[in-house]
Amino acid sequence: MSFLPYAVAGWIFLVGIYGVATSRNLIHLALCLTVTQSSTYVLLLAIGYVKGGGAPIFKGVKLGTTAVDPIVQSLTLTDIVVSVTIIALILALALDAHDDAGTVNPDELADFEG
Amino acid sequence: MSRRVRTVVLAPALAGLSALVYWGLAGLPRFGDYRGPYGFIINRVATPERHMTNAVTAVVFDYRGFDTLGEEFILFAAVVGTVLLLRARGTKPEGERDWIGSDGVRAFGLLFAGPTLVVGLWLVAFGTVTPGGGFQGGVAVAGGFVLVYAAADYRSFRKIGNEHVLDFAKGTGAGGYVVIGLAALVSGAPFLHNLLGPGQSGTLVSSGSVAFINWSVALEVAAANLLLVLEFLEHYDVPLRGGGK
Repeated sequence: MSFLPYAVAGWIFLVGIYGVATSRNLIHLALCLTVTQSSTYVLLLAIGYVKGGGAPIFKGVKLGTTAVDPIVQSLTLTDIVVSVTIIALILALALDAHDDAGTVNPDELADFEG
Repeated sequence: MSRRVRTVVLAPALAGLSALVYWGLAGLPRFGDYRGPYGFIINRVATPERHMTNAVTAVVFDYRGFDTLGEEFILFAAVVGTVLLLRARGTKPEGERDWIGSDGVRAFGLLFAGPTLVVGLWLVAFGTVTPGGGFQGGVAVAGGFVLVYAAADYRSFRKIGNEHVLDFAKGTGAGGYVVIGLAALVSGAPFLHNLLGPGQSGTLVSSGSVAFINWSVALEVAAANLLLVLEFLEHYDVPLRGGGK
């Protein structure tokens, strides 16, 4: 069981990559990218977990109480917020591609010039 | 490249990648058996040293404050890019817009707009004390404004979500972070040094200048997210009743 969280992170990562590589729609592709990215959150939080540890917040909790790693949590939280704006940018590009080429299928876009 | 060729290339590559990923993951310490000393040190020193009871916020805005500045500008650049792309396509005339109405959605928006906004502001204000912070609270605040749109209609949303106001708020938020950092530099301390001292633990001012960084990030994140929603609505609202595109 101690490997399960890592296995889940690896699986989410690979499924996301597979989705990106086989995608037939730019919007679907953007979502697959989000899935891939989410695997890093699972991995980071899994690495930072301490058995029996609480949240790294010491309001009303005695200092020195076992708590999980706050660093991986801060990495995760900033990335969740930033990734939303990145996805918005990708979706705006997809809309642009649709307006210009009339398709959001990457295979058809490959033949499109202009 | 045809789909068939791509599948042929993809299969072995993906198999190799999976092997590599799981081999790497297998070498990690067992789940729950965290060894890195850094996290434990932060947990132990954040409250006495910086008077912040939320160690996560202490890392985000203080110990790794410089990294967060970079993160914030990734967000800023992405939003500016999105806005530029969408604005370049021009706006549709008012008459061509169509309103989608639903009593259920309206009631939901009416009920939850206020509470969401208050929760968002609370998350920001007490970000250094209890769970929360500028990033999380900023998103919640933006969500509260989006619910106003759901409750009323697009027009009333535009009054509070005017592009010019949002552009200004977003820039002020991003710039504020740098200004707080430079203020320390001007006074002779290192960049982003906490000028105001650590303050009193467990209160709104439990972090000195980190509280200001927190609020400026909240302002930027809220404005950026609201701007994204606004721009997508402005340029790509779907007409439902006839009219076509």
